This record gives sequence, C-alpha cells and structure tokens, in this order.
Amino acid sequence: MTQTPHKRSLLPWPVLRQLADGDLLGRGRSVRSKRTDDVVPRTTSADRVAHSVCPYCAVGCAQKVFVKDEKVVQIEGNPESPVNRGRLCPKGSASKNLVTSELRQTTVRYRAPYATEWQDLELHTAMEMVADRVLKSRKDSWQDIDEHGRKVRRTMGIASLGGATLDNEENYLIKKLFTAMGAIQIENQARI
Amino acid sequence: MAEAHPVGFQWVMEAKKRGARIIHVDPRFTRTSAVAHQHVPIRVGSDIAFLGGIINHVLQNELDFREYVVSYTNAANIVSDKFQDVDDLDGLFSGFDAESRTYDPTSWQFAQEDDDEDLGRAQADDAGDTAEQRNTASGMQHEAHGMQVGAKPPRDETLQHPMCVFQVLKRHYARYTPEVVEQICGVSQEDFLAVCQAWTENSGRERTTALVYSVGWTQHSVGVQYIRAGAILQLLLGNMGRPGGGIMALRGHASIQGSTDIPTLYNILPGYLPMPNAEKHQTLTDWIDSVRNPGSKGFWANAGAYGINLLKAYWGDAATAENDYCFDYMPRITGDHGTYRTVLDMIDGKVKGYFLLGQNPAVGSAHGRAQRLGMANLDWLVVRDLFEIESATFWKDSPEVATGEIVPEECRTEVFLFPAASHVEKEGTFTQTQRMLQWREKAVEPPGDARSELWFFYHLGRMVRERLAGSTDERDRPLLDLAWDYPLHDEHGSEWGEPSAEDVLKEINGYEIATGRPLSGFGEMKDDGSTLGGCWIYAGVYADGVNQAARRKSRHDQSYVAPEWGWAWPMNRRLLYNRASADPEGRPWSERKAYVWWDEEAGEWTGKDVPDFEKKKAPSYRAPEGSDGVAAIEGIDPFIMQGDGKGALYAPQGLIDGPMPTHYEPVESPFRNLLHGQQGNPTRKEYRRADNPMNPDPREPGAAEVFPYVFTTSRLTEHHTAGAMSRYVEHLAELQPEMFVEVSPQLAEERGLEHMGWCHVVTARSAVEGRVMVTERLRPLRVEGRTVHQVWMPYHWGQGGLVSGDSTNDLFGISLDPNVLIQESKVGTCDVRPGRRPTGPALREYVEGYARRAGVLGDGGNAVVTASAEAQQESAAAQQGEQHSPQQQEDQ
Ligand code: SF4
Repeated sequence: MTQTPHKRSLLPWPVLRQLADGDLLGRGRSVRSKRTDDVVPRTTSADRVAHSVCPYCAVGCAQKVFVKDEKVVQIEGNPESPVNRGRLCPKGSASKNLVTSELRQTTVRYRAPYATEWQDLELHTAMEMVADRVLKSRKDSWQDIDEHGRKVRRTMGIASLGGATLDNEENYLIKKLFTAMGAIQIENQARI
Repeated sequence: MAEAHPVGFQWVMEAKKRGARIIHVDPRFTRTSAVAHQHVPIRVGSDIAFLGGIINHVLQNELDFREYVVSYTNAANIVSDKFQDVDDLDGLFSGFDAESRTYDPTSWQFAQEDDDEDLGRAQADDAGDTAEQRNTASGMQHEAHGMQVGAKPPRDETLQHPMCVFQVLKRHYARYTPEVVEQICGVSQEDFLAVCQAWTENSGRERTTALVYSVGWTQHSVGVQYIRAGAILQLLLGNMGRPGGGIMALRGHASIQGSTDIPTLYNILPGYLPMPNAEKHQTLTDWIDSVRNPGSKGFWANAGAYGINLLKAYWGDAATAENDYCFDYMPRITGDHGTYRTVLDMIDGKVKGYFLLGQNPAVGSAHGRAQRLGMANLDWLVVRDLFEIESATFWKDSPEVATGEIVPEECRTEVFLFPAASHVEKEGTFTQTQRMLQWREKAVEPPGDARSELWFFYHLGRMVRERLAGSTDERDRPLLDLAWDYPLHDEHGSEWGEPSAEDVLKEINGYEIATGRPLSGFGEMKDDGSTLGGCWIYAGVYADGVNQAARRKSRHDQSYVAPEWGWAWPMNRRLLYNRASADPEGRPWSERKAYVWWDEEAGEWTGKDVPDFEKKKAPSYRAPEGSDGVAAIEGIDPFIMQGDGKGALYAPQGLIDGPMPTHYEPVESPFRNLLHGQQGNPTRKEYRRADNPMNPDPREPGAAEVFPYVFTTSRLTEHHTAGAMSRYVEHLAELQPEMFVEVSPQLAEERGLEHMGWCHVVTARSAVEGRVMVTERLRPLRVEGRTVHQVWMPYHWGQGGLVSGDSTNDLFGISLDPNVLIQESKVGTCDVRPGRRPTGPALREYVEGYARRAGVLGDGGNAVVTASAEAQQESAAAQQGEQHSPQQQEDQ
C-alpha cells in the first residue's frame, strides 16, 4: 500500500487521474493524497487494548477496545475469536459510538413527587436516599406469614426488572441481596 | 437470523458454501430469506401445525433414525392406558379441570409393570400441583431439572405396543397431513414437502440438521410447546447431541443466558434451583428432595450439595448444619410473582418501589400503557441506564401524559435516574447464547457518576446493613448475617470503591472453605458445609485459581470446537448430551460425524469435546437393580439430567399444557381451530381485567370485521430491542430513523394505504402509527380457504432518543404461556387504517370505540375453554381428585 501520492496536481479531476494512471477502479494511486498518507489507524496509536465482548445480542462477538489518553478511540472485532472471526454487525460496530455518546447520563437525575422537571443530585446522597426508601418500603410491606398463615418472611413492596444486559457477577449480587432482603419480585428479560 | 444475529449468520453462510441447504420459515421475507435456498412464508402462530406435519411425515414414512430413537429416546416407554389424546376429547388431553383450567397429569404417566394405579399416581404426585406450577413458572426449572420420571418404566423396543410412546405419537400427529398444514399454515403442499424432504434426507448416520430459532418463538401462548415440537423432530431424526445438529436458541441480549443461569428471576435461584415455595418447601430436606427426587436417575441426585453450597455462599459462617444452613432465611414464593403480575399490582397500588436495571419496559414489555400506568403509581422508582430512557421519563412525556391519564403535577412517583457504566467501563463475564462465558477487561473508567451494578448493589447492601446494625429484629438476620465482604478496588476512595468482580466470580465458582482452594467442578461440592459455591453449574470457571472465562487462545491455534476460548458450562462441555454422538456401543455413528467416542483401550470417553458423560462409564454398563441417581445412568443413557436418561419424545411431566404439542390458535386469531373445538391453549395464564382486554374470538359476531388482520413484530438489524442502546446512538438512529408498518400491495389496496404515507394499527389496547411500507416481501396467505393479510412492525421506538416514534408493544395485551409465564407478543389481531392516529384524549376514545364495537370493552376477553361439554366431562373423569392449594384460582 505504499504508493507515492500525486503531487499537487496537473490533473485535478480524479477521473482524469484514473485514466492517466490506468487505475480504472479508483482504488490505487489516483485517489491518494498527502492527507491520506498522513492518516494512521487509531488502532496503532492506542496506549492499550482491552479484551471485551459486544454488549448487544447474545452471539457474543469478541471485541478489542483501543484506549488512548484514557478515552476509547476505537472498538473492533477480535479476529482471533472462534465466534466472530473479527466481524461485528452494525450494532457491534456502533458500540464505540454507544460508549462515547454525548447523550449519556453522567450525573444522577432526580424527580421529586409531583415535580415537572428533573433536578441534579449528588451520587452518594442519592444512594443514601435509596437505602432509606428500600428499608422503609421493606418495613411497611413486610409479611412474616401470608394470608393463609404460611411462613413467607418477605416483602411484596419491592420489585426489580433487569439483568439480561448485565454481568453474571452483577446478577449474582443482585439476587443475593434481594433474597436476603426478602424481596422476591425480581425479574429480567428472560421472562419477556 | 441474518437480521437479528448477523455475525452468527456467517456460519450459516459458511455451511452454504460447503453445500448445505438453507431453509427459512418466516412470515416475512428478510435478509435471511434473501440468501436461503427456500423461503417458506407461514401464518404467524401456526408453527405447531407445521412442525407436527413434518413429524407426521417422518412417522408415516418411517424416516426416523431408528437405532437412535430406540436407544436414546423414550419412544419404547409404555404410556398408561388411562391416557386419552386430544382427538378423543375435542382438543383436550385427559385430566382437565375446567374450573382451574389445569390438568391432573396422572393419566399421562408411564405404565408400571405391577401396580399400575399406585405408581402412576406416585409419578403424578411428583409432578405436583399443576395450577401451582403454572403460577411458579416451573417449566423453567424443568428446563434444567429434567423430568423426574421413575428410572425404569416398562419398554417395548420393537415399538409395536399400541401404548408405546412411538405409537401414541404417531396417532397424535396422524391428522397433520400436508393438506391440513396447507389449510392451517397457508403453506403450499409443495413447499411443505420440500422442507420435509430436505430435513429428513439431511439427517441420519452421515448427516445432521440444525434447528435454529430466535426467541420470538417463546413469545406465544404455546411457546414452550413450539420448542417441544422442534425437540421431538430433532430426536426422531437423531439430531440431538451430535455435531451440526441440535436446537439452537438465538437469544437476544448479551448475557440473557447468564441472567437465567444466575437468575434475576423470581422462581429460581442460581443453577436452576427452585426458589423455596411456602407450601412445598417448608424444610431444607423438602427443598432438596423436590429437586433430587429420590428414585430418579441423573446428576440432580446431588442437589443437596448444590443447595447447601449456595446457602453457604449466601450466609457464610452463619450457615451451619445445626440451623439447616440458614434455609429459613430464604423468603418464600406462593404463586405468580412474574413481571406482568407485578405490573398489574403496581396499577393496583400494591408495590412501593421498583428498580429498572438496564431495562426499558415502557417500550420493551407487552402492553406499554399498563407498564407506564404502573410506574406512575409507585412511591419510588430507580432507573439505572446509560441514557434518559422512556421508563425514566414516563411522568413528563409518555403517551399517557398526552391522553391526560398521567398528570405530572398529580403523579407521586419519586424517580432516581442513575447513570450506569457501559460494558467497557467494568470487568465481568457475559454468558452468550451457547452457554459460553467470556470475561471482559475494563478499558476505561466510567464517566462522571456512572457506576456498575456491582458497585450499586454492593454499596446498597453495605448501607442497608449499616443502618440495621444492632437490630434485634429476627427479620433482619438474613441481611446482617449475609456474606458481603468483597475486596474493593479503591479508585473512588476507599469507602466507595468498586468491588472486585473476579472475587465475586470466585465465589460463584466455589471453593474449599478451610483452604480457599477454588473447586475444579461441581463434583467437588460437599453437602457437609466444608465447601461453598454460588452457582453449581458454573463450578470450574475458576478451576486452578485461573479465570477460565478470560482465556483467549486464537482460533487458529486450536480445534474447531475451540475449547480454550472462554469457558462453557457445565465443565467446559461445548455440546450438551454429546454421548449421543456415538452409537450404543460407543463408536461414532459415522466417520464424518465423529465427535465423542469410547476408547476401549484407555477405558474412557474421549473425542473433540469434553464428554458430557462420566469419563470412565463404559457403554456396556448396566445399573444394578434398585440403584438411583448417577449410578442408575446406564452406558446407553445420554440424557443425563432426565429422570430416565432418555430424550423425551413424550413428556409425562413438567408441562402444564400437555405431554405432546398440539395445535391451538393464538389467543387472538381470525380463524377457528380447524382440528378441535378447543380454540386456544386451554391452560394459558390470563389476567381478566378491564385494563387488559383481548381482541374477540373469531366466533363472536363481528369480530372479523373489527380486527380482520394478523400482525407480528420483530427486530431490525440496526436497532436493539426497546431501543435504549440504539435510538440514542447516531449511527444506528440514522440507519433506521423511523417506525414503519410493512404491508402487502393487496392490503394497501384494500385499505387505501400509500407507500411512505402514514397509517395506524389498532387493537383493543391502543393504536400506533408509522410510515407505510408497501412491499411484496409480505404475501397474503390462503388459510382455511380465505385470504389472510399479515402486517409486521419493528418494535424499537418510543418518545425518547435521536429518532422517535410509537411503540409497537403498546398494541399487545397480556396473555401468557402457562409453563414459563412469557407473554404472547408475536401475534395478535388488528385493524390497519390510512393516516395518523388521533392524539390526546381522542386516542383513548378511538381505541375504546374499537373495543366497544368488538364487544370487549370492560371485559377480560374470550371464553378460554371451548371444547365440547362432553369432552370436558370425559377429560375430567381422569382426574385423581387432588386438593389444590388455597389461592391458586386467584388470577388465571
Ligand atoms: S456484533 Fe452484532 S452479532 Fe455480534 S454480538 Fe454484537 S450485536 Fe450480536
């Protein structure tokens, strides 16, 4: 691929250059410029590469995540993978766009009862508020026995939905904590 | 598959290059059909009729793989002569109780040599109370538990006995002729026979056929039976446990398999152990025996060790033999606590707080309006996501704000939207659709206050425990005694550090408590409290103290099975039940299809994969009289998790709706069931409420005029389910910017729809609008002598994101498969009209006008049991008159 680019050109129109060069498909020397040659792939200038897996469907395509200056600069399929052999579909290919999106939430947003707007909330304060509410709801809706007198030691006041996009380790802690808390309406996409 | 799992589809294309024939059965013509040899359009919701037709073709023409069928399936087992099939009972099996709409499966059991009655009854008792099982979605447990039938039922290996499974099956499917398939499915006999021929010719000793489905198959009121029909066919043709065969579920989320194995589901615990039930599992022994089922064959015999290891992993030192390992700390389930029941409970004000973890039910769940009205009636809601999704903003911009049903100033729900870490900002494992775990390294820190779920739940647990410290209330013991010490990485300051996912994985794998040595597999789990492990089927993922899921040995440096890439449960076996890839003597069925075989000299199983069988158990091994558990598995029993070691052509237990799949119409259908008076699945789970109307039965006068068309929904390559991970992403939003409704030219003509113009689709729940896409890719089908128009829509849009639109799931009501409580959301009836839908309060009036005209306003829906009165009576006569649990009738 090391072809010399055209000098600033006597033939400014690419088609003329193609004809002159015999590069009829326009994939060779005739379409190169100094700029093209100065461009290097983001993958070669990355500081490090992390092994990852596509977050969308369950095919499980392996990804290589290229990081420079603590930012994700590129995500590509891993060619060594027996699952995807380096390929990614439109979604997997868009996953760099997903993780670097400007639209991502980066602070906690809070909507008070009856409010018409969001307000910002400090992370640890929000955690304290959630912990308080979990304990209160648990207390208010606790059942030692059910309406037929059977021992149930649970709360029917706290429910959860989600897990299919999360890690096994996360699902493990979620189920463990909720079970200890007595919350049983714990569900995820596998039911949907 | 090319649409929704594109990179997986590369292997289909590889196979095609090597001469494989690709058949695509789908109502729509898609990117998959475009490269298939044959596209077979089918009426949505008629799959059992189609597969039943193929089963009939195989049985009538004796095309089954006989040696495999006799040795490895329950074809030879003899069924009780009390069993009556649907042809005798107008679409019901024997044992139906019309009031509870459940079966007593006593008459479905296998016959017994001596005392028929007693043993049949004992088997059925093990099967338990089916109404209770429906409420607890016990099908999901049976998925991994296998059937708990007795180890040695009587058999006739000549397959001639009139009550042997093979003959019962043959009679059951005899009516599924090519003519009937054509009538019900709208598939021409020619197309149908071509599929039969391709499938059967490509199965046997030398060849295998794979059945690949996507999980839209589960989203039917008979979803489990669809998959059962596939399993019967694959077993008859000898395609299970063999390379290039099998049934592959293409699941839709990165770790949905993992979240089923280590479930965030109400009815199961890690490793498919049942969530304790107040009625059935009062003691540790009850709980373990219900899984272990003394007398059955197989690896569930060690359930005691699996259960105790989980309890030790949860409650550590506090869990001792004396206190039954804290079994009493477990909360108890008592019925249906599934997501749909819970949402209706929210509407009724019974639920206070709700967590949404990377899930967007306002768009992604059936009956979106019910989802949003439920969320608007909570004390508090925590949403953890990457973006400001619809489920976080329902109080300000949902369709119900437009209709006036949710008024922000009157909506009391307190909402917390926490930013979540993305897949590159945390470490951990996903389990992909072939049960393979792959470890992800953390590439960068999450931005701002974004955190992982591991962080969120670890710290929530820590804070809750700190608040309760010193409590003497007995109910707080499970939290205070919880083993909750995970080492923290300290990038967020010591107190608020990120827990180590690797340490959690170690706990999931399990270790020897005294030494901390990781277990190398579930065989090392002890039932004496000396080991602990959070998920027995994942034991081995941390064998030798090495994170096996992080292995990335290049595919170029290993065999095509690629055993050193990631780690698959159980025990890194890549192909389940692979003992069946060898013949009864342990030799490969053919050289071409050699995979795992018995090495006589070495006295062990060997091959390309880890054998899914005891390594040293010879094919000639026969179980001594009276043995059970692992010892009862004979050298010719490949299906080691089943109570009798055989593949189930006939399922006497574990299914709420019958031992064999039979064709029922979808809950909403413009057609009568051609085969029986029983219209739909008689045991389906329904919630009869004014806010959940179902479109009327085709027998109701006028039904066909109000909702004349059939609709289905599916994914686009460029979007991901409820859109949270695609509508907010520029590249993907640009590729598929707008909601559309795909219709045939004939329907466009009939309804005056203009290509690229607007139209809207109406059901008794809602109306949604989209751009019209007129295309010949959708073909009207001839069904029962009438033309049926089908429309389809993607379901990825909502009001948020870079591109917005109406949400298709708003069109569905809630009716569930009785085995697993998954909703029917791939088929319904509708009307299609040109132009945009009404907005504001006029939308509700418009939809209610339809419901009124259809006669379902304020009503729950159709009669469910429609078999003739005589058939109902006769079926009921086969009940054993068992007591049902007190509240089982609550919400059928
Ligand atoms: S790249 Fe595409 S096919 Fe591969 S896992 Fe991601 S979404 Fe699925």
